[in-house]
Amino acid sequence: MDKNNQATHLKKEILIKTIKAFLSDDFGENTRLIPFEMRPKGSEVPYRCCIYKEREILRNRIIATLGFPIEGCDERILLSNYAKWAQERQKPDEHTLTVLESACKGCVPNRIFVTDLCQGCVARPCIENCKFGAISIVNGKSQIDSSKCKNCTKCIQVCPYHAIVKIVVPCENACPVDAISKDEQGHARIDFDKCITCGKCVSACPFGAIHEKSQIIDILTKIKEQKKVVALIAPSIAGQLPCNIYQLKTALLKCGFYDVLEVAQGADITATNEAKEFAQRMNEGQKFMTTSCCAGYNNLVDKHLNEIAPFRSETKTPMYYIAQICKEKYPDAVSVFISPCVAKKSEALNNPNVDYVMNYEELGALFVAHRIELSELEETQFDVDSSREGRNFGITGGVAKSVVAADKGNAEINAHLVNGINKESIRALKGFAKKGECEFGNLIEVMCCEGGCVGGNDCLNTVRTATKAITDFTKDSKPLE
Amino acid sequence: MNKVTLKICMGTTCFVMGASDLQELTDIIPEKYGDKVEVVASTCLDFCSSNTESQAPYVMVDYDVISKATVEKVIDAIDRKLKNGQK
Repeated sequence: MDKNNQATHLKKEILIKTIKAFLSDDFGENTRLIPFEMRPKGSEVPYRCCIYKEREILRNRIIATLGFPIEGCDERILLSNYAKWAQERQKPDEHTLTVLESACKGCVPNRIFVTDLCQGCVARPCIENCKFGAISIVNGKSQIDSSKCKNCTKCIQVCPYHAIVKIVVPCENACPVDAISKDEQGHARIDFDKCITCGKCVSACPFGAIHEKSQIIDILTKIKEQKKVVALIAPSIAGQLPCNIYQLKTALLKCGFYDVLEVAQGADITATNEAKEFAQRMNEGQKFMTTSCCAGYNNLVDKHLNEIAPFRSETKTPMYYIAQICKEKYPDAVSVFISPCVAKKSEALNNPNVDYVMNYEELGALFVAHRIELSELEETQFDVDSSREGRNFGITGGVAKSVVAADKGNAEINAHLVNGINKESIRALKGFAKKGECEFGNLIEVMCCEGGCVGGNDCLNTVRTATKAITDFTKDSKPLE
Repeated sequence: MNKVTLKICMGTTCFVMGASDLQELTDIIPEKYGDKVEVVASTCLDFCSSNTESQAPYVMVDYDVISKATVEKVIDAIDRKLKNGQK
């Protein structure tokens, strides 16, 4: 679904209001009042059946924004209590996603359906072309027997009246690994054993029923406690806000961060190590290697695609290296990875050097709440300047280019890009693993999101404009050494 | 003939709330209207401070303010202006 829609607008509005409440002198009470402020008495009811349901769903969204799971939350507890507990929490919650049952439409199940447009024609190509004998004529019109239908969509293609449609459940349809499905009541449930936290369901749900559990209150609490909170900004941020990364550093310092490091600095290490590893693997006779910097892809390999694990690079991610640098520089730091996607939250949970993750929507909301006009800020330089290649890591093809640059023509690299994980690309990857080779190249760059990290589920900008902004910005950066 | 002036707010609030999409207008408008419409990317127009962020992003078509602006809404407003012969 297009990023510019009312569900994402609503989620961002709630983030801003929650952060504003935190910055106010009564966090608990002002949080409790948000649903009433957004839907005051007598206001119009834009989406749901009544104002009370609107407010209840807003309340649930705020609970997720405070970092709690909505499954199993207690209706009797005031938001002010959740706000209090969010500040007392020492570690972020284990799973990163949560489903709002109250907001979930309970969509009709995935199926092929004959609409009233069916003319009951003489040709009946739907019946003739159905391999499974699932279609028959009832009361002069085609009808599908769902127990026989295999969802092949052949009938849709052949109907001259376009009378047959495929009804999809957007979240199920978006999930590349079948980790989300309906429970007995017809509401979406995530199977966390299968979930690769790619965030595709979050972007796909038209009711905004799937939320990330935000860690923003944990981070703001650490800043308030005057801890040394250090922001690690992912390379894809360069195209996300109306400012450059030097102004962004100024803005983060204004918000109380102690220092800001470019994750691109870690990306430079990833590229260098991955180039070395690639050359070594090829010398040892392996036919291809895949990259290993995308958290969604790493989850996919670990949970569903073990056969490709021997071909996946052992090199660590840019997040890993920069977090290590951060903790060496500031041993008492609280590190916050600033991320384009929810998948990095799952990676951070397994890395003791990364304490929290803040996504771009949360970052944007933080600046709005602080009333920071980004384009008017002075620039602050970084102690270490990252390379052009490292800064391009978040664009599809960027990682492969970095490895090629780091390799300096030593091994013969022929890159193949997997631009987005979906059922089709998973099948292709399985094929490469089975054959032990890939006919399209020897270095396979895998990005879970289309367009690369700039297509992450938490990005603020469109892929096209973000890519252009990063390319323009990195033109003048130094080449990888 | 006077031009229609289109001001797209690129302040922090508007950008975060969806003005990123409106950048497309800088390509679409010249293609569609030639020199009849002038596009100006503006720094904060300051509507967010009086009206709250819930109505952002804001765009100005001459002196008319469009709240919760989308590409379609803006084009519609320009079309109406040009059609009414106000310009």
